[in-house]
Amino acid sequence: MGISLQVNGKAHNVEAEADTPLLWALRDLVGLTGTKFGCGMGVCGACTVWLDDAPVRSCLTPLSAVGGKTITTIEALAGTRAGAAAQKAWLDAQVVQCGYCQSGQLMSAAALLAKTPKPTDADIDAAMGGNVCRCGTYPRIRAAIHAAAAELART
Amino acid sequence: MTAQFSRRGFVVSAVGGGLLMAIRPALALADAAAPSPPPTTAFIRVPETGPIVLIMPRVEMGQGVYTSLSMLLAEELEVGLDQIAVEAAPPNADLYSDPINGEQVTGTSATTMAWYDPLRNAGATVRTLMITAAAQRFGVPAVECRAERGVVSHPKSRRKATYGSLAKAAAALPVPAAVALKQPADWRLLGKPIPRLDQADKVNGAARFGIDVQLPGMLYATVAACPAFGGTLKSVDEAPALKVAGVIKVVRLRDAVAVIANHTGAAIKGLKALAPEWDLGPGADDNSAAVWAAMEKASASPGVNGVKTGDADAALGAAAKKLDAVYRLPLLAHATMEPINCTVQVKDGGAEVWVGTQAPVRARDAAAKGAGVPPDKVIIHNHLLGGGFGRRLYVDHIGQAAAIARQVSAPVKVIWTREEDIRHDHYRPCYFDRLAAGLDASGRIVAWKHRVAASAVSEQWAAGSLQNGLDSDALDPAAGTYDFANVLTDYVRVEPGQVPTGWWRGVGPTHNIFMVESFMDEMAALAGEDPIAFRLKHLGKAPRAAGVLKAVAEASGWGKPLPAGRGRGVSLIADFGSFLAEVAEVDVAPDGTVRVDKVTCAVDCGKIVNPDTIRAQVMGGITFGLTAALWGEVTLEKGQIKQSNFHDYRPLRMPEAPEVTTVIVESTEAPGGIGEPPCSAVSPAVTNAIFAATAKRIRTLPIGAQLAKA
Repeated sequence: MGISLQVNGKAHNVEAEADTPLLWALRDLVGLTGTKFGCGMGVCGACTVWLDDAPVRSCLTPLSAVGGKTITTIEALAGTRAGAAAQKAWLDAQVVQCGYCQSGQLMSAAALLAKTPKPTDADIDAAMGGNVCRCGTYPRIRAAIHAAAAELART
Repeated sequence: MTAQFSRRGFVVSAVGGGLLMAIRPALALADAAAPSPPPTTAFIRVPETGPIVLIMPRVEMGQGVYTSLSMLLAEELEVGLDQIAVEAAPPNADLYSDPINGEQVTGTSATTMAWYDPLRNAGATVRTLMITAAAQRFGVPAVECRAERGVVSHPKSRRKATYGSLAKAAAALPVPAAVALKQPADWRLLGKPIPRLDQADKVNGAARFGIDVQLPGMLYATVAACPAFGGTLKSVDEAPALKVAGVIKVVRLRDAVAVIANHTGAAIKGLKALAPEWDLGPGADDNSAAVWAAMEKASASPGVNGVKTGDADAALGAAAKKLDAVYRLPLLAHATMEPINCTVQVKDGGAEVWVGTQAPVRARDAAAKGAGVPPDKVIIHNHLLGGGFGRRLYVDHIGQAAAIARQVSAPVKVIWTREEDIRHDHYRPCYFDRLAAGLDASGRIVAWKHRVAASAVSEQWAAGSLQNGLDSDALDPAAGTYDFANVLTDYVRVEPGQVPTGWWRGVGPTHNIFMVESFMDEMAALAGEDPIAFRLKHLGKAPRAAGVLKAVAEASGWGKPLPAGRGRGVSLIADFGSFLAEVAEVDVAPDGTVRVDKVTCAVDCGKIVNPDTIRAQVMGGITFGLTAALWGEVTLEKGQIKQSNFHDYRPLRMPEAPEVTTVIVESTEAPGGIGEPPCSAVSPAVTNAIFAATAKRIRTLPIGAQLAKA
């Protein structure tokens, strides 16, 4: 018995129960470790991936809820317009410290940029408030999102 | 293999056609004889082809040392950062200890202080050897040769040779006793905001933290230790876990139970299905109220004396005005973003370990003990750390993972849930401090008394650390950096039941700076003086401390009027070889909600490697310290930590993050540390700002709902 997943444009068949959180299927069975475990209860955002175009917490998303939706993880973020802009802005702003939360931060930020091309500070607070960073990169994340938005508006 | 030695503790040898240099600060200090045999792993490897390897003596946990230490080497070696590859150092106390920490650990903000000179000298020494070797090969004077991007050239004859081609010859040369370091005006890298080397892989998911290791045939585990510290496992019925699809095995340890599965999701589900019976042990009745009561009681009597200058009691008795107060700080967890984890394979009488650790030698020894193999049969593969903050100085989880892996015939990745992580930490101690001080008629402090009651963190870290019963960390710096005529500090050891305590970002000062800087603010108010002017009055002998206070006053708009409900507060720290002053600007809403809008930090940390890293560390330290000041607290009930995850151990989030402005004060002094001080200084700046805004003095952290109005 296996469950079929569409991850970053490829089909994967994973041997897991329907109630298995998507996070562990991605990390342990598909082998994509860019998506991180942080809390297991959807309160830190480290495990954020996209289901179709919507950011979700993969630690709380059972495989049964994935259905036929496509999954995008940090490993394929560069292939999206908003994701590539966010990654470049992250590097320009030298956002990262330990880096562990940044996959989730970027998945949330790129989802915001894809939907809201010119986010306000309030938009950023709302979209990013669920992503915890213990190193304290928040001010640079905010600056990088604004920079990515400006870059997307130019190109 | 022959080896050449220098008085700086450099050991140069030829290995496989390349050059290998070890730096041994301990040797340099002792000017000791040559080690035998010469080391086979060390700091710098110049192979015949390929990148120059810097064996990184310290770990990367976000503080940027992979970049800053590479910069120190690259600058003097005359290579580009792109020509250096970094490898995590294996456990080797002889090669990788530093004189500050005395062992191979990354902590106490010591990395730059410890390695600034050795790595520059090492780079210059290898560069000199390369130039000498090239000059001999070309038959020209060495002064006519120059090095650039790993190539020695002789411009007159237009000859060139790569470091790789020169390495073997260079390794056979005597190591020069002294080498010329580059002048600051010629620096390409040092002092400049160079982009970090670890960033690219951290924005695309490619970076590998300990938790990300993947091995053929690997199994996955999660574990529950006895909820009370010091307790043991009585029994567990493993059947419910084994019914969970994907679960392979239940492993019992003396004090824990683990579930092994095909993936972590199944392991977590399997563990939840278990109902282990515990013997809660000696800490079964520990609770926070009892700990506070014990601390208060013990603190009523004098402790072990720390600083004693003049006669503080007599001066206090004769003071024109005086004040005393009790301050308290709670237990804190580290809550690194990467939950605690360790992967181990026990095989053929040895163990292989994949982990991110701040203390590789301790990790090796813990793994050996857990796996039941000799330490020299343990291989540690150190990784990037998803946050350390002191938690990954401890190796309890590594011994535990090895003990689990000993019962499994495959590599096993043990991941703690966040709940396990918060409930089985080595906690920042709780503190109960009594302070008293007196002013003379001119408003100057003439007496300062500070008694600290707390766990002995140093003793828990290394048994035998207490000196005549004194824990040096607990009193660092209990009298601040001020010039007081009469000072008495003392320490009363009180352990919080069975709760293990440990180093936490900021270490000793993260407690004392809150106490001292809060009480300085109280004394300024008692004197009726401006908090910065009052501090400056007591800093006549500390020009660098005075310098950052003046700088922060200017940068923060100190003294400019603010609307009602807003206030500014200041704090000062002089520790780890650095000087920082912070001003927080705080808004207290009518309902008592505290919002920290801005923090301005002036920092003099001596000579700078990478100013961008300093700004990042200031921002990060302030966030970490602010989280603790606002909400950080773990409490104890029936021997168990009550908090469990980010919903009840609340981290600062994006909407709550203040604007941080960092002013770097130029300095040519020796480099200081920057990881810890910004964290220690923020909490009193915030509570002093709350006082300025509301006239309410916060003497106990966290601030929490203390100002809330019903």
